[in-house]
Amino acid sequence: MEAAAAGRKRAYSIIVPTYNERLNIALIVYLIFKHLPDVNFEIIVVDDGSPDGTQDIVKQLQQVYGEDFVLLRARPRKLGLGTAYLHGLKHASGEFVVIMDADLSHHPKYLPSFIRKQKETGADVVTGTRYVKNGGVHGWNLMRKLTSRGANVLAQTLLQPGASDLTGSFRLYKRDVLEDLISSCVSKGYVFQMEMIVRATRKGYHIEEVPITFVDRVFGISKLGGSEIVEYLKGLVYLLLTT
Amino acid sequence: MKHIFKIAAILVAISVIWIALLESSTVPRSYTWLLPIYLVVALGCYGLFMVGYGLMFFPTCPQEAVLLQQDIVEAKDFLAKKGVDVGSE
Repeated sequence: MEAAAAGRKRAYSIIVPTYNERLNIALIVYLIFKHLPDVNFEIIVVDDGSPDGTQDIVKQLQQVYGEDFVLLRARPRKLGLGTAYLHGLKHASGEFVVIMDADLSHHPKYLPSFIRKQKETGADVVTGTRYVKNGGVHGWNLMRKLTSRGANVLAQTLLQPGASDLTGSFRLYKRDVLEDLISSCVSKGYVFQMEMIVRATRKGYHIEEVPITFVDRVFGISKLGGSEIVEYLKGLVYLLLTT
Repeated sequence: MKHIFKIAAILVAISVIWIALLESSTVPRSYTWLLPIYLVVALGCYGLFMVGYGLMFFPTCPQEAVLLQQDIVEAKDFLAKKGVDVGSE
């Protein structure tokens, strides 16, 4: 932990990896501050050299909210999600770390429920799940729901992962738990998120879930093609054999 | 490699039961030979049922999209007043 971080003690560090999220990062920061009025937190934006000027917007946000609360810890180019979390962790002074996406599919209004759940249960990991009654998804067509459901049934049967939503990336971790898990995970992309939760279960960490809603506004742009399915199956086999 | 060992152990246990059934003739031989196939089919049916059921009751939240749009308007309003550029996308 860098010397400056030792000077400020936060309860919660919220790490938001960004790439070309010029507008969304501003909206997310506003919403986080709106929904965590009495919480001691900091936001760590890990931007991978966005060409659209995301970092300039973050600097403007620092003028509004303070450099102690909105931290910009950028990287030169896209270097992967796992390392983005690690990079954010290095500059985090929170006892707990929240990871979330910057594209507004994860709504900050659920942050209080993550915090509450962790306080009530003392959990090591609190993960958001879209697939329970008070959760949900918007913006997925039938095919997308089918692949999601099929993938989930397969993963639940084969892996017994200890969570209902394996590929979700809206999570709260105890800081040392996150460090431990990241250092033992090697996958990329959403398989990385799966590996984190499966390893957490295997290592006996206490995992709790909270319902979240997920509004997918980018689905139309990115399609779930055959190569994604192959990657997923490869990831499943890897997790089956190594966890 | 722990979980795969659990699965392997279950498969071994099933195989032992199957071979024991084949050796003793408590169940007719011709029927016993087909038991693994029945098992696979049953598993497949279970899987299909779980997928279909999950698909039927897939939780959706159309109202969230509306709420999100309201949040976006509110956020843009506030930030613009504070001098943050919320113009382009």
